[in-house]
Amino acid sequence: MSADPQSNGQVPAAQPAKAAPAHSAPPPRELPGGGETRRHVLVAVVLNKPGVLNRVSSLMRARNFNIDSLAVSHTDADDISRMTITLHGDDVAIEQATKQLYRLIDVLKVQDVTAEPTIQQELALVKVRATDSNRVEVLKLVELSRGRVVDLADGSVIVEVTGTESEIDAFVALVRTYGIKELVRTGAVVMARGSGSIEEAIKR
Amino acid sequence: MTIAKGDPANPTRSIGRTTAPPERRSHVPNDGTASAAAVERARKEMLHEGRELRRTRIGADVLCEALLRQGVEVFFSYPGGVILPLYDVLGDYPELRHVLVRHEQGGAHAADGYARVTGRVGVCMGTSGPGATNLVTGIGTALLDSIPMVAITGNVPSALIGKDAFQEIDINGITLPMTKHNYLVRDANDLPRVVAEAFHIARTGRPGPVHIDITKDALQQETQAAHPSEAEVVAGLPGFRPNLDGHGRQLKLAAAEIAAAKRPVILAGHGILHAEAWDDLRAFAEKTQIPVAWTLLGIGVIDETHPLAYGYMGMHGWKHVNRAIQSADLLIAIGMRFDDRVTGNVRTYAPYARIIHVDIDPAEIGKNVAVEVPIVGDAGRVLRALIPMVEVVDPEARAPYLAQLAEWKADSVASSWHGSGAWRDGLLSADYVIERIGELTDHEATYVADVGQNQMWLARYAGFRHPNSHVSSGGLGTMGYSVPAAMGAALGRPDRETWAITGDGGFQMTFQELMTLVADHIPVKIALLDNKKLGMIRQWQEIIYAGNYHSSNLPGPDFAKLADAFGIPAFRARKPADVDEAIRAAQAVDGPALIWFEIAEEQNIFPMMPAGKGLSDLIEKWGGADE
Repeated sequence: MSADPQSNGQVPAAQPAKAAPAHSAPPPRELPGGGETRRHVLVAVVLNKPGVLNRVSSLMRARNFNIDSLAVSHTDADDISRMTITLHGDDVAIEQATKQLYRLIDVLKVQDVTAEPTIQQELALVKVRATDSNRVEVLKLVELSRGRVVDLADGSVIVEVTGTESEIDAFVALVRTYGIKELVRTGAVVMARGSGSIEEAIKR
Repeated sequence: MTIAKGDPANPTRSIGRTTAPPERRSHVPNDGTASAAAVERARKEMLHEGRELRRTRIGADVLCEALLRQGVEVFFSYPGGVILPLYDVLGDYPELRHVLVRHEQGGAHAADGYARVTGRVGVCMGTSGPGATNLVTGIGTALLDSIPMVAITGNVPSALIGKDAFQEIDINGITLPMTKHNYLVRDANDLPRVVAEAFHIARTGRPGPVHIDITKDALQQETQAAHPSEAEVVAGLPGFRPNLDGHGRQLKLAAAEIAAAKRPVILAGHGILHAEAWDDLRAFAEKTQIPVAWTLLGIGVIDETHPLAYGYMGMHGWKHVNRAIQSADLLIAIGMRFDDRVTGNVRTYAPYARIIHVDIDPAEIGKNVAVEVPIVGDAGRVLRALIPMVEVVDPEARAPYLAQLAEWKADSVASSWHGSGAWRDGLLSADYVIERIGELTDHEATYVADVGQNQMWLARYAGFRHPNSHVSSGGLGTMGYSVPAAMGAALGRPDRETWAITGDGGFQMTFQELMTLVADHIPVKIALLDNKKLGMIRQWQEIIYAGNYHSSNLPGPDFAKLADAFGIPAFRARKPADVDEAIRAAQAVDGPALIWFEIAEEQNIFPMMPAGKGLSDLIEKWGGADE
């Protein structure tokens, strides 16, 4: 039997509601966010419990936030860790990321410091190809870039360089011509300028 | 807490004994078969504070004590290798009722159903490995619907963790993204704190499931650990301080919006039930004369016969309700989260409306729709703060608006009734069945939906009068939910009849729990709406996938014989005239009963908002059937 004998699988025409007031069609509702996408820096102060890094990274993955870098360490208090998360998104998306982080029981404080005056530093180790013929040139470049040679070997040098993300980008671009054998970066760590303290601000 | 070490006449036994069991002070079984008086006697003798164990106190004892301290009266579980230390001591805790389910998923749904009707934390347990993974669907169901639940699993001994031991799985890693919080306990001394924290987190703020994984050696470990006070628990969770009171400035803004609105609608959600704020909602609606629409999980926030109760919204909601939302100038959303099944295409959602959004979870505000007035707080506290701030509205002032809504409602109810018109061919239509169940139970029962068409029919046609009388897997949409959840709901509210409304698809997923109903004397009445199809799938295939009916035909067994095999009386109804008699017969059974309603095979549920479309794009009929 069929209650709908005429059904033939056609996709129906949408039936406009008669509910709307008489004037012309309203503009579409604004979606949350949709603003300019830019790099944001979040500082998260968390309890130093097993799995807390997993909780944070799992949440960011599940909620479709794309982390650019994540640096974690403990603070002066043994039971408190601090994360610096850099990620791209519009302001609303980042606010949503912040709120979702707050839902984690082990997260004490999250702050978007993007708009604040901050010190941002990242450390990189770069193993640069250096032959007898160009080693002097490479060393000179390192010196000018305020890098530091931490290992000298036959055919390569390891350079330690510290600075903002873009300073390190610039250095890496500069030495790329000699050949980069290995590169590792810590991701940014950040601290707001001035005497205020995100860690002291936590109610405990 | 004092633990007697026992006297020389009753030497302390060692764990993992191979000799005779120790003398127990209670012989009252905790499977629900003991009389209430016997349990009460045992409770007095063995009150958990100061209970004397004639043996060593181990982690498993701490767990039982902690559950009792949390007021747990029943839990749903299934034994297995590593959780056996718990089963070894359970006999000493007769006031802790253990329900032996037939599958851990059933246990998780039962704990969920129990939580939904009582407002208390539901508890389920299982062993490691497959026992734990079987709980996962139930935990996910609880997460998506914000149900307070504590799920406890055993795990392999600490020394074997990470070694791919027998029945070892990283259940902590699995439940991490689908719980509010989770724990792995390797030391019995941590158990009192962890269990207390788990219950606090599960029920505080936005409720949700918490999972505790306990290694076998922790369950067996001797311990003198004391239980923390609630204040100590709160102090130990510095990262968990839910904001319960709405911000004063936001409340003022909300009051101003409400005063200015001409076509306001209240969107009432599950948060009102969690906050037990139904009286506050009614008072607020009556004072402001604003009609109340509700979400699927908000069903029961207001008596459906109340003059301001407008109806169920969303994808399969009433046309008049969606129409009111689409023409509203103000939406007052309380304890709901603008799910896609509620809004449809957000771009075309409520295009004239400004939005006040009250939710206890800050992350819900601005997540799916941008709102004008966000208020973070508990629905009840916010409503109680808001009520004195809003003006009394004279019903006369709203009369033209309310009259318009009433006209839409009359129109929609008349045209949507009896979906596809199958009833006219003498076939049994599901909406008729649901309507009769509502009537013959005087709308006083607990009604537990499965997922799919049956769920929508129940939501639309049963007629709900009371809070927490409707139980439904909304967010996760878990087929197979109904029978096991009804099991928990029936134990949570034994004073009400409990009806499981299920389809033939969902029923075939979890009917093993019929045996639990029988063995534990749980009087659930099962209304099986059998259309021999996956009805909602068939409907989508008919309307959206050009009639390509792949895998939506669902042959089933002889359900009467099936019920009979479990010892459950079964009744069969194939035409409208059979319905009342079958319902009354099932009600007359002292215990579980099943009614096999063989309903029209191709009945659709209308209206229907196709996924991705807007609330104004409802399909109200299809093919030749006209309402």
